[in-house]
Amino acid sequence: MLMRTDSFLYRAFHLYYDGFRSMTLGRTLWLIIGIKLFIMFAILKLFFFPNFLHQHAAKGGEAEFVATELTERMTNGETTE
Amino acid sequence: MLTFLTIDPAAVDWARAQFALTAAYHWLFVPLTLGLAIIMAIAETIYYRTGDVFWRRTSQFWQRLFGINFAMGVATGIILEFEFGTNWSNYSWFVGDIFGAPLAIEGIVAFFMESTFVAVMYFGWEKVSKGFHLASTWLTGLGATISAWWILVANSWMQYPVGCEFNPDTMRNEMVSFWEVAFSPYAVDKFLHTVISTWIVGAVFVVAVSAWYLLKRRESERRMALESIKIAAIVGLVASVGAAITGDESAYKVAEVQPMKLAAMEALYNGGNDVSLTGVAWVNPFKQPNYKEEEEAPLRLAVPYGLSILATRSLHGYVPGVNDILKGYTREDGTVEPSAAEKMERGRLAIQAMADYRKAKAEGNEPVAEESKAVLLENFKYFGYGYIRDEAELVPYIPINFWAFRIMVGLGTLFILYFIYILFLWWKKGRKLAPASSSDEETSPYPRWLLIAAIILLPCAYICSESGWLVAEFGRQPWTIQDMLPVGASISDIGSSAVATTFWIFLFLFTTMLVVEINIMLKQIKKGV
Repeated sequence: MLMRTDSFLYRAFHLYYDGFRSMTLGRTLWLIIGIKLFIMFAILKLFFFPNFLHQHAAKGGEAEFVATELTERMTNGETTE
Repeated sequence: MLTFLTIDPAAVDWARAQFALTAAYHWLFVPLTLGLAIIMAIAETIYYRTGDVFWRRTSQFWQRLFGINFAMGVATGIILEFEFGTNWSNYSWFVGDIFGAPLAIEGIVAFFMESTFVAVMYFGWEKVSKGFHLASTWLTGLGATISAWWILVANSWMQYPVGCEFNPDTMRNEMVSFWEVAFSPYAVDKFLHTVISTWIVGAVFVVAVSAWYLLKRRESERRMALESIKIAAIVGLVASVGAAITGDESAYKVAEVQPMKLAAMEALYNGGNDVSLTGVAWVNPFKQPNYKEEEEAPLRLAVPYGLSILATRSLHGYVPGVNDILKGYTREDGTVEPSAAEKMERGRLAIQAMADYRKAKAEGNEPVAEESKAVLLENFKYFGYGYIRDEAELVPYIPINFWAFRIMVGLGTLFILYFIYILFLWWKKGRKLAPASSSDEETSPYPRWLLIAAIILLPCAYICSESGWLVAEFGRQPWTIQDMLPVGASISDIGSSAVATTFWIFLFLFTTMLVVEINIMLKQIKKGV
């Protein structure tokens, strides 16, 4: 079924479609955004910023892990174990 | 078993430095986005009302520069969330949904509002009605401002944690009042002061770019430059006066909930009644002063009663200094603020009670669990003090707070005078100029020195804006969450070398990005309307 050319969806689609096609400066900016997002998510997040709790605490055991961490960091405190 | 702080102290410093670096770079982009949004929307509003295509071209020109800045700044804030998960995992878990809810709302609002209305703003000139396009331009700015609101709500909660309860079972703070979190007086003040101050950056930017066109005698951009300076000066004056008023209200709130921050901002070692407001004093920028021995900072020039008025709204109000806060003092309303030593003791009681509660719960010993929970809740207000080894840790680095505050206030005052002077010149000479006049004498109502000064003042606007953040964030040290969790307890047990490595990677990446942005921006400015 063909979409009516005066429908909202058709006009919204063409707003983006024509807009992206006619970009000049925008192409450069989108390229930069793409490179930036790639560096952030495919390199930095993947290799340099793991989720510490996911790595060190058992699933569902995050509260216990943090409780232990926060208890052991108490200064001059005697913990009862 | 006697236990001590086991983490690498250098890791705390590197993680803080990395967070500060990321936030400071992120904040280079945000104020221009919010500030320029107002000016381009005003230009388009005039186009909507007059139908003069000159205003459409003017609006489109500033929208192009807005787009460059927006593209460079977009997603730089996400890196802060990476850092939360890796470097600040205890903190991330501890804050629970208090942080999650505002950030989730921010993400959704930012994505939907900005992706929709930015697209209409750039792509919709010939495709939607003038009214709808104008609404989209305003909504683009509003969307960015609403995003800022939620980020500032999260930040304000760290400075003034309200609307939550700590659950020792989940080890998280749980939101009990969304309203209290979202509309705490601290958040409202911070939002108004921060957002209004971004308009100053936008205004100074527009005046600087316009001044460059006038200096270069670019005929095709002359009218746009003159008209843009006029709009920017009005926005800038309203914003800089507004920032002063909201800044005063913010300082009043800081005095109430973060007295140590105010004492550091003022280098006030010993407080009292009838306290004067320091204009200037010699505080060595590279050394923490000996606040225990010195009566006050040397060479101090002060406004009589100024600080008492600012902090208490009373000529004779009591304002505590650093030493008073450490020793304990009585507030204006009669409530007694305990000494640092007592808070540290009660903090250790709270942490021990938390450990006892969890142990008793695991063993099924309900009476001990209930007793421990009562002790925990009774002392939870001072939970974070249990991690403090020496009361000197409770004093932020005074020189940064003192000087950053003065740079912010000094430049803010300069901007008020600057915009008044621009508007005065326009009122005196500019309104008599014919738009098409081309002789050199009549090209601009603004003297050459002022146009050069306008360009020089552009970095000052950023310095002013960043200084505000330095005061806000250095002033609350050692806390990530005021009184609840210090940086030493918030950080993950990670090695400093890993954090240092990513610090240098970020420094390189961000600097590259900034150079690219400035390069594209300058090319676009040279290209003109």
